[in-house]
Amino acid sequence: MLLNIEHVKKSFAETEVLRDISLHVEEGEFVALLGPSGSGKSTIFNLIGGIMEPDDGAITLNHKVIHGKRGLIGYMPQQPSLFPWRTVLENIVLVQELTGKPNRQEAKEWLEKVGLQEFENAYPIELSGGMKQRVAFIRAMLSKQNLLCLDEPFSALDEFTRISMQKWLLSVWETNRKSILFVTHSIEEALFLADRIYILTKRPTMVKEEVIVPFARPRDESLLNTEPFFHLKQKIFKQLKDELGEGL
Amino acid sequence: MKWLRSNGGAIIVLLFLLGLWEIIVKITGTPAWLLPAPSQIFSEGFKVIPSFSTDILATTKLAILGLVIGSAAGFIIAVILHILPIVQKMTYPLLILSQNIPIIVLAPLLIIWFGFGLLPKLIVIALVCFFPIVVAALDGFKNTAPELKYYMQMAGASKTQMFWKLELPYALPSLFSGLKISATYSVMGAVISEWLGAKQGIGVYMTLSQASFRTDHVFVAIFTIMLLSVLLFGLIQAFEKLFIKGKIER
Ligand SMILES: Nc1ncnc2c1ncn2[C@@H]1O[C@H](COP(=O)(O)OP(=O)(O)OP(=O)(O)O)[C@@H](O)[C@H]1O
Ligand SMILES: [Mg+2]
Repeated sequence: MLLNIEHVKKSFAETEVLRDISLHVEEGEFVALLGPSGSGKSTIFNLIGGIMEPDDGAITLNHKVIHGKRGLIGYMPQQPSLFPWRTVLENIVLVQELTGKPNRQEAKEWLEKVGLQEFENAYPIELSGGMKQRVAFIRAMLSKQNLLCLDEPFSALDEFTRISMQKWLLSVWETNRKSILFVTHSIEEALFLADRIYILTKRPTMVKEEVIVPFARPRDESLLNTEPFFHLKQKIFKQLKDELGEGL
Repeated sequence: MKWLRSNGGAIIVLLFLLGLWEIIVKITGTPAWLLPAPSQIFSEGFKVIPSFSTDILATTKLAILGLVIGSAAGFIIAVILHILPIVQKMTYPLLILSQNIPIIVLAPLLIIWFGFGLLPKLIVIALVCFFPIVVAALDGFKNTAPELKYYMQMAGASKTQMFWKLELPYALPSLFSGLKISATYSVMGAVISEWLGAKQGIGVYMTLSQASFRTDHVFVAIFTIMLLSVLLFGLIQAFEKLFIKGKIER
C-alpha cells in the first residue's frame, strides 16, 4: 500500500470539513476522488502535501507517517501554475532544482516522448491551455515521486481539449504507471480514467462509496458509448444526486 | 525605427512646446536675462559644452553612484522587511516619514555632520533613491501569484527557495518600475547635493550661472538635467528588457 489515509478528520474554526476519511492508493493504481464542490477534496490534498496537518487520524506514505512533511508527492493543480519567466524545459525541472541538480537530458527526453520537444524553449505565454496542462503534468512526473496528486487538472479546459487531454494522460500513464490520486467533479472523467473511485459525501465529508471500475485497459474513447459505462455512470449519478438531495 | 514610432508623439509635442516658447519670447521681446528663447539656450549650450562637459561628467558619476547605493540599500531593506513582517509593521511608517524630510533642510545638516566630502552627497542621493525601490520591491513580493506560491509549497520548497525561485523573479518587473523612478530622481538628487558645495558638477554650474544672472546658462543646466534623467531612465529600461523574460500574465 503506497498511500494510506485512516480516519482523518479536519475542521477549520467553525466548519467541520472532513469528518472521517479513509482511503488508500496502491502501487501503480489510478484512483479518483469524486465529490461535490466544497466537500474538502483540495483539503485532502493539502493534508497529503503537508501544507496542513490532520486533527485526527493518520496519513502514511510507504508506511511512514507524513503529517506536515512537504515535497513527498508530485502535484498538479487545476491552474497550470507554470512560471512565466521560465521556458518549458526550465519549468519542468523546477521541482528537481529544489532537491538537487536537475537532469535536463531526461527532461528533454520526456518532452520528446510526449511530443512537446519543439516547445522546449517556449515561454508559457506562447502555449495553449491544453499544452500548459501537459507541461504541468510532465513537471509533476519529473518530481520523481511515486504518488502524483492531480486536483481537477482538466476542469478549466474546453470539452474537446479535455477529452484529448484525458486520452493523452492515459497514454502517458500506461507507459510508466505511477500511482495517481485524481480529484474531479466529472463522473465520466473518473470512470474513463480510474481503476477505483471514492465517492465523497457533502460536508462534513465521509467516504460514501468505493466503486471499482471494471473496464479493461488500454481504454479509448469508444468506451464512453458502451452500455456498461453508461450504466455505471447512471448508478454513480444517482448516488451523488441522493447525496445532494433535491438541490441538484 | 521602433523607438521613433513609440516616442514620436512625445517628440512632436516637445518640439511644439519649444516652438511656442520661441514664438512667445520673440513676439513679446522678453529680455534674455528674464527668459531666453530655446534657440538661444541651444546655441549657448553648444558653445559651453567643452567646459561644461566636465561638470556633466561629475554629476553623472555622482548620480549613478548614488543610485547604485540607494537602490542596493532599498533592495536590502525591502528583503529584510519582507522576511520579517513584524519589523515591516514597526518600521514602514518611519520609512514613509523619512520621505517627508525636506532634503534642502537636511543637506546642510549632513555637511555639518559629515563634512564636504563625497559621503553627505551620496547620502542625499541615496535618500531620494531608496524609497521607490523599497515600495516597488515590497509590492512585488507581496503580490506574488498565490497559486504559484501554493504550488511551491506543495512541491516542498523552503523559504529561501521560495524567495529566490519565485518571489524575487516575480517582483522583477515591479522592481524595475521602482528603479526607473529612482533613476530619474537620482540626477535631481545629485544636483541638489552639489549645491551644498562641490568643486564641479551641474549643480555648481547652476549656482554660478544664477549668481551672474546668466539665465540662459541656468536653462542649459536644466535641459542637461532633463536629458540625463531620460538617458538614465532609458538605460534602466534596456536592463529591464535584458532581464525580464517571458512576460508575466497578470
Ligand atoms: N485554509 C482554510 N481555512 C478555512 N476554511 C477552509 C480552508 N481551506 C478550505 N476551507 C473550507 O473547507 C471547505 C472545503 O474546501 P475544499 O477547497 O477542500 O473543497 P473542494 O472539495 O476542493 O471544493 P472544489 O470542488 O470547489 O474545489 C470549504 O468550505 C472551504 O471554505
Ligand atoms: Mg478543490
